[in-house]
Amino acid sequence: MKQPAAVLGVGQTRHRSKRTDVSIAGLCREAADRAVASAGLALADIDAVVVGKAPDLFEGVMMPELYLADALGAVGKPLLRVHTAGSVGGATGIVATSLVQAGLHRRVLALAFEKQSESNAMWALSIAPPFSIPVVAGAGGYFAPHIRAYIRRSGAPSHIGALVAVKDRRNGALNPYAHLQQGDITLEKVLASPMLWDPVRYDETCPSSDGACAVVIGDSDAASVAPGPVAWIRATAMRSEPTMFAGKDHVNPAAGRECVAALWRQAGITDPLNEIDVAEIYVPFSWYEPMWLENLGFAAAGDGWRLTEAGETALGGRLPVNPSGGVLSSNPIGASGLLRFAESALQVMGKAGAHQVPGARVALGHAYGGGSQFFSMWVVSSQPM
Amino acid sequence: MSADVAVVGFAQSPCRVREDATTSGVEMLVPIFAEVFRACGLTRRDIGFWCSGSSDYLAGRAFSFVSAVDAIGAVPPAMESHVEMDAAWALYEAWAKVLTGEAEIALAYGFGKSSGAELRRVLALQLDPYLVAPLWPDSVSVAALQARLGLEAGRWTEKDMAEVAARSRAEARSNPDAQVSGSVTAAELLARPYVAEPLRAHDCAPVGDGAAVVIIASAARARELCERPAWISGFAHQVDSGSLGARDLLAVPSAAGAASAARAGSVELAELHAPFSHQELLLREALGLGEDVAVNPSGGALCGNPMFAAGLARIGLAARAVMSGRASRALGHATSGPALQQNLVCVLSGEAS
Repeated sequence: MKQPAAVLGVGQTRHRSKRTDVSIAGLCREAADRAVASAGLALADIDAVVVGKAPDLFEGVMMPELYLADALGAVGKPLLRVHTAGSVGGATGIVATSLVQAGLHRRVLALAFEKQSESNAMWALSIAPPFSIPVVAGAGGYFAPHIRAYIRRSGAPSHIGALVAVKDRRNGALNPYAHLQQGDITLEKVLASPMLWDPVRYDETCPSSDGACAVVIGDSDAASVAPGPVAWIRATAMRSEPTMFAGKDHVNPAAGRECVAALWRQAGITDPLNEIDVAEIYVPFSWYEPMWLENLGFAAAGDGWRLTEAGETALGGRLPVNPSGGVLSSNPIGASGLLRFAESALQVMGKAGAHQVPGARVALGHAYGGGSQFFSMWVVSSQPM
Repeated sequence: MSADVAVVGFAQSPCRVREDATTSGVEMLVPIFAEVFRACGLTRRDIGFWCSGSSDYLAGRAFSFVSAVDAIGAVPPAMESHVEMDAAWALYEAWAKVLTGEAEIALAYGFGKSSGAELRRVLALQLDPYLVAPLWPDSVSVAALQARLGLEAGRWTEKDMAEVAARSRAEARSNPDAQVSGSVTAAELLARPYVAEPLRAHDCAPVGDGAAVVIIASAARARELCERPAWISGFAHQVDSGSLGARDLLAVPSAAGAASAARAGSVELAELHAPFSHQELLLREALGLGEDVAVNPSGGALCGNPMFAAGLARIGLAARAVMSGRASRALGHATSGPALQQNLVCVLSGEAS
């Protein structure tokens, strides 16, 4: 029998390109301390810890959660380590939710991080294993052809990606935790920035960040004694498919469509564009906003860019997307998914500060990873089901 | 609540050094998926939730589990997750998923090609990356420090350790999946040279490649899939400090804590994940296993330790003993990290609660 679960507290670091003032443990502890404090708790009140991060090869630490057990207050408790590629932050939140929903724990700490200044993601992603297609171009080189396919299919005007970048970077300037603070960015500047992987320009690409994010998830008893508003987890969903197979749609992946269908079903949502007040969507390259708007069913296939172009995804629009600034403003890879989930919770708790969507009651958190093949999503609400 | 889920199927690949196998696990997984599906009368479409355990560091590449998804055949898409841990913890995540009611049948699998590099050196990277790992204290040396402490404290002798190894090898003679087996006396083993004093080769698990798979099901489905399901009556895990100097290496509080949380009580059979001979002695004590408990009738990890699958295999073997009627209550144990840092206990029973 599934028990109700809610986000009780959220914490994150100030994301930067180099956090040389802290170790990996110090970085994680900063987010953990803020999350438990915002829930009115101490680390000792936590029953279990779930850690997520992207590949261990990034920082060169094998299963770093073993070394982090002390810093996270996990000694003598259950400690799980999740790794589902780029979607891992979302998966970490969902696994922690499952532990509460299963009735195993009352309060679980979900924490995800990446310390890119102590890592070399391009190297780690460019190893050529036997019998696999070497990408040797990092993530941008991998995704650019799929974006070009999207533009060809949808007939989207060429400036849509730049519009997304301007919006997300300006949103990021409203968020003191965001890595990039570019409140004065303009469409002209984005369009004038160097082309990295056609059609993705420098200003349309996520940064490399050091950062961590933590979320405390609790059962209804824990929620009833929380000091402030909580975010009720109305639905969670995960879906995976192989990187390559005959018939794989890299632009509008079946795994994403089936994942969101399950999510809406569970949350009782039939008209997502009208029922979702705000969405935090994993957009590491600008064009993924319109692509995911379609994959998630906010727009018909080929029409996602119209919402972006009309300004409907900006703050004040019909569906504000990434009010936190999104992955385009901060990208501590392993934490990026949990940051989406955390921001969706902050929005329905009414605690998003200058990037708050007024009156937000129902929010979507979304993450994806691998070759557009791993999806994790949740819907949170200011009210229980 | 916890007895509402049962293990209904288990399969493992033989533990071998497989020079033909890639690090993705696919070659080892496909045959055992077929085997366990055949035994349960299931197809991959019947699996509501998949969860795997593996390590990028073992595979020498980022995202090694991604290729393993090919072994699932996840078209149409599957509800799937992955832990960077031994797959025993993947089974724990799957168990939680079944308890929530989101899946009725779940499958956990683990794979590891331990022979791809120098394993003991790779595992040094599990230690504190700033202060300890740069010194490259390899996993065998760390275990040797633990064994030395026990010898000096009078907790065991080298002969006690050799007897664990001799008994394990004798038991493994009836296990075709074991990598090492045979009849040898403790005295013969003690005549052999040290590899990291006080450890000899027989005190250390062999380096081998392998995979394992376990299927669990809710009460509503378990009986139709298996004549005698192995009901999960308790399932818990804990971690100890990551700082070797902050731990009493002769106590395993996380194993004792997990056994207590899993309400292990008395069992007839235990499959312990002890990659070093003295660790079986430590675990017997931490888990409160008496002389009457059959420990590692498979030969245990000392006779085959495919990394990231061996812990799951211990649970699978304990479940198999219950499913076959050889035991009414059995315990499967898994460990992870240096010198038994992290421990998991799964208790299986022939009777639903």
